[in-house]
Amino acid sequence: MTQNSPLRPQPRFPEPDTEPFWEATKNRELKYQTCNSCSEVIFYPRAHCPSCGSLETSWNTSKGDGAVYTYSVILQSRHPAFKDLGPYALAYVDLDEGFRIMSNIVNVADPVNDISCGMRVKLNWHDQGEGEIALPMFEPA
Amino acid sequence: MSQRREAAIVGIHEYPLRVAPGVSSLQIKAASAAKALSDAGLNWQDVDAVYDTGTHQNIGGLGISEYLGLKPDLIDTTSVGGSSYEFQANHAATMIASGKANVALLTYGSTAHSDRRAIGTGGATGQGSPTPFNNMEDPWGMTLISNYGMVKARHMHQYGTTDEQFANISVATRYHAMRNPEAVKAMTDLEFVGVNEITTQDVMDSRLIAWPLHLLECCMVSDGGGAVVIASKEVAANCTKKPVWIIGGGEATKYRENGGDITVSAGAQSGPRAFADAGVTPDEIDILMAYDSFSITVMCMIEDLGFCSKGEGGDYVSSGILKFDQSGGPALNTDGGGLSSNHPGERGIFLLLESARQLRGESTAQVNDAKLAVAVGNGGQLGSRHSTSATILAAD
Repeated sequence: MTQNSPLRPQPRFPEPDTEPFWEATKNRELKYQTCNSCSEVIFYPRAHCPSCGSLETSWNTSKGDGAVYTYSVILQSRHPAFKDLGPYALAYVDLDEGFRIMSNIVNVADPVNDISCGMRVKLNWHDQGEGEIALPMFEPA
Repeated sequence: MSQRREAAIVGIHEYPLRVAPGVSSLQIKAASAAKALSDAGLNWQDVDAVYDTGTHQNIGGLGISEYLGLKPDLIDTTSVGGSSYEFQANHAATMIASGKANVALLTYGSTAHSDRRAIGTGGATGQGSPTPFNNMEDPWGMTLISNYGMVKARHMHQYGTTDEQFANISVATRYHAMRNPEAVKAMTDLEFVGVNEITTQDVMDSRLIAWPLHLLECCMVSDGGGAVVIASKEVAANCTKKPVWIIGGGEATKYRENGGDITVSAGAQSGPRAFADAGVTPDEIDILMAYDSFSITVMCMIEDLGFCSKGEGGDYVSSGILKFDQSGGPALNTDGGGLSSNHPGERGIFLLLESARQLRGESTAQVNDAKLAVAVGNGGQLGSRHSTSATILAAD
């Protein structure tokens, strides 16, 4: 199902907020930030804390374990990278460290019935080429 | 009545065609403006405030006044997706009430259908300057429909809402569309399979576009547009048609948050503010023009504006009260909605237009003695970042 494709849209740079996140994926590290002032978990990455406005933040590495918050199974996409994939699952995953990421759920035979809200998942990295970023996807834990 | 009576919709026009090849968005705006001003009994140069999202021109809102040939004292190019027109109507009413303008013109035009824009299924374009959110969302193949699909899936999980319950929303809007000749022509011109009333089973049997959303839960992609003229009470007193008063408004935005509840829209913030501003309650509303990009959008608007408790929308919409000829609740999208009449990309202006028609007594699915309407727009994408604005309107 969701295999790598050269046509899949990639993050684009320069984009200073998200570049450290994607740079870390080259080492298969899933990074998130916390605020040094109010301790809130920050995601998606930003140079400030959206809870308190602090400019002092720290990067942390997630273990990559979490649960499906919600999902949708796409049966019709006109995008060249996805139109011939067959049904594939888009999801929000809640990581145990407290942040919510959009991703794909992979390695399921029947995405509509084999995925459920609350289902435990773990990281499944999809390399995008030698020296390139890797996409953090998730599969049933 | 003690409701506010300071600014009113006095002129309206809905561009009649949903398939309009060879016509530009700007031409749709100008043609609609002329007809809306004529409807009001006002002249072109009476306009002293211009409201437009600023799309389809160079440099945002700079082009629209020039193209129309107006010299307004005030211009507002709030652009927050399909709900922009409720934001703008609220802003226009406020500015008119404060004496900064007398005649405001809101315009919208789009050729989304003729441009062959794959709005619902196209996915990320990978063009333009990179943004943090694009960089975190583009790689996953999200389509607009799947974004809303994630909200519906969570609603079903969290509250036990069923596909059949959601389908009632599509059934009610089609019931109204079949009474609107322009909607019937729209569905015919856009080659709908079966231009007729539908059942909940028809909705559930239509193909899945992005589970759990079926085809008949998704709005059409049409051409179209329209214009609304909002004027002060002094101007309204001399207009051709009876005024439709803007008595309250509220606006808000919401976005993906860590630990947030995706089933709660920005309407939970803007809806209560609008009702408090107007001094009315949801149970007094006769007409509910709720942005039906998808069934789930309407479900969230109904719950978050307080027509029923959160999570109880499934039972609420299944009771049949959304049809114009049933009592016990507001009539929903009596023009046929985005699901069955008109959705050129940003539907918000049509919510104001049909609200005004109902409160004038001019709808094709007229509710007897309709007194109060709420137009609630939703823009952006419900499952990520979106805006919800409500405008509450009263008959003269």
